[in-house]
Order: sequence, then C-alpha cells, then structure tokens
Amino acid sequence: MGFCIHLFLPRLVMSDSSSPAGTRWIWNIFWLLLVVTGVEVALGIIKPTFLLFPLAGTSILNLIFIGLTLVKAAYIVQYFMHLKYETQSLRMAIYLPALVLIPYLTFILLYEGVEVYGY
Amino acid sequence: MKAEYGKLMMWFFLVSDALTFTGFLTAYGFMRFGHEATWPIAEDVFTHFPGIEGDQPLLYVAFMTFVLIMSSVTMVIAVNAGHQLKKTAVAWWMIATIVGGLIFVGSQAWEWYHFIIGDKGGIELADGRVLKVAEAQTGEVLSLSQLVDGEAGHASNHLEVFGTGEVKTAFEANEGLVLQSPGKGHAQLTRTESLRMMQNAQVVQGANMKHNEYGQGQFANFFFFITGFHGFHVFSGVIFNIIIFYNVLLGTYERRKSYQMVEKVGLYWHFVDLVWVFVFTFFYLV
Repeated sequence: MGFCIHLFLPRLVMSDSSSPAGTRWIWNIFWLLLVVTGVEVALGIIKPTFLLFPLAGTSILNLIFIGLTLVKAAYIVQYFMHLKYETQSLRMAIYLPALVLIPYLTFILLYEGVEVYGY
Repeated sequence: MKAEYGKLMMWFFLVSDALTFTGFLTAYGFMRFGHEATWPIAEDVFTHFPGIEGDQPLLYVAFMTFVLIMSSVTMVIAVNAGHQLKKTAVAWWMIATIVGGLIFVGSQAWEWYHFIIGDKGGIELADGRVLKVAEAQTGEVLSLSQLVDGEAGHASNHLEVFGTGEVKTAFEANEGLVLQSPGKGHAQLTRTESLRMMQNAQVVQGANMKHNEYGQGQFANFFFFITGFHGFHVFSGVIFNIIIFYNVLLGTYERRKSYQMVEKVGLYWHFVDLVWVFVFTFFYLV
C-alpha cells in the first residue's frame, strides 16, 4: 500500500507545481472577494435610483448583482478549488454539466414563469 | 484526468449538489416572480445587528459572508501547507477554518431566531394576504407595539404578544393609518378598504411554515428550506473538518506523505462558500 502511494506521489506533486507558490495569491483573491462583496452590500443599502432602470425583465442593479456574483464564483472555483490547474478533461467534466444545465433550467423556469403567471 | 479517485468523486458529488441548489434557487425565483406584490423585500425583513439599535439592512448577512470567505481563505492556506507536508501549519489553519464555520452556523441560528419571533408584526386578511400597518402619507411601516402602545422608538420588546382586538381598536382610532403591501411598490389600500378588510383579519407575529408576518407564505418556507439546507452543509462541513483535523493530529497523513484528504474536504468547504455567494445574491440582494 505504502509503495503504491509513493508511486503516485511524483505525479501528484507535478500536477501541483503549476499552481502559484507561496500564500500571497490567496490573500490577493481574498481582498478581491471582500471588495466585490463590499460593493454589493453598499449598492444594496444605497440602491441608487438611476440603477433601478428596468432592463431585460429586471433592473440594471440586479444585473450588476448577478454579474458580480458570477465573478466571485469564478474566482472561488478557479483558484480556491484549484480547477484552473487541473487537466483539461477534468475541467470539462465539471464545467460542461454545470454550465449547460444551470442556465438551461434558469431559462426554462423564467420562460414558464411568464407563461404561468401571464405577464 | 490525473486526479485521485476520491477527489474525482468529490467533484462529481459537488456538481450534483450544485444542481440541487440550482433547483431550489430557481424555484424561489419562479414563485417570487408570480407574487411580486406580496413577496417581502429582504432588506425590510433582515434588519437586525447584535448590539445595534434600529434598522441595519444587509449588515448582518454581510458579516456572515465575510466570515465564510475568511474561513475559505484559511482552508486554502491549510491545503497549501499540506502540499508542503507541514503538519503543524495544516493543523492550525484547519482550526481557524473550523472556528469560522462555527461562527457562521451560530450566526445563522441567531438570524433564524429573530426571523421566527418576528419584528413588526403583520395583518393576515381573510383571503390569506399578509399586509403591514403603515402611515398613508409617508408609507412608513408601524410595528404593532408602536400601533398599540404608541412607542415612538423601535419596538423594544419583540416578545410582546398582541391580540387581534386591541390591534383593530388602535387601527380604527388612528385616521392616518392604512394597510400596505409588503412587496415591490408597497401598494396601499384606501382607508375605507383597510377598515373593511380589518373586520375579518388576524394578527400574525413571527414566522412558521404556515403563517409569517413578512408577507407571502412561501417566502418563509423558502427561507427555512434554502438557508436551512445550506446551514446543514456548513454544519456537516465543520464535522468533516474536525474528523480530518483529528487525523492530521494523529499523523495519519504525515505517514501517508500525502495530505490529499485535506484537499478533498477543502473542496467541499469551498463549495459551501460558493453556494452562499449565490444564496446571498438571490435571497438578500436581488
């Protein structure tokens, strides 16, 4: 058993060597996530009237919230969950189902919502 | 894929879990879309911050978000230390992660407590709509204690229970009051309409699975279900982290010369943070 683990070890170390060294990059991402969250909270408390302008069935403000959320999500998945440094096949196995099915379900429910509630 | 079996399976589990949360959040959006007039606005509901009087919308949930992001950072550092086989560093950063998780779960318990005992109280009409008592002129919502006891400030005693009779009497006595919708636009009934509706109305205080004072009934159900399901993920994540932390102390991974298990629970922990980012947006901001 121990022998097997040692056999796999060089390869695991190799796959990690492509990720950045040290902890500085972690704190950079922390500040980014913190600032984006701060902006979201500030916008949520102030709710500037010029951002409440309706667009695409909702308001510009809500679209900004969704955009900032996707930015945060991308950084968590790519760097904290290390997916950026995995092999192409693993990345596709994770990204494809999520990025096809989640927008698909969202689209269907928004579309059906219009049908069911008749706007 | 060049990934270890356990890590790969963790990833596949997380994809399926992400789809489960997608189902919940899109269902929330779907129901809310159909009941915009009576669907409560989150910043009118979650207004408390421990130790601060008055309305502090979004502040507490911003604090919770900060705690979870912070504990995600300490987890990445623990995983990083694991790659360098630094046992003590892994142990300390895992403790920090566990403490962060416990603070988050505790904060959620605090928020649930305040959600359940209620804030300003509501009026449930015979047709099931839940409306707020408000000033006709300004649209400012009055709490039941302000209505009945005439307190100028914020309701000081959230645990005071009000009878339907005394609320009706106080409402009829004050000519400037109407019933107002809690949802988008805050539409008001006229004074005559409000008085007629008050005849068969009931007072609601706090929230449970059947009634809640905030507005549309499903709002409370979704709140309990989505934040409860997420909170259970955080709780189980804390348990996993404690188990792995214990193994780190025992030197299991030191002997194995691989801290892959720390990386695997780390993936789960980041996922919990990831889900919260979306819950935060769609439950509290949008």
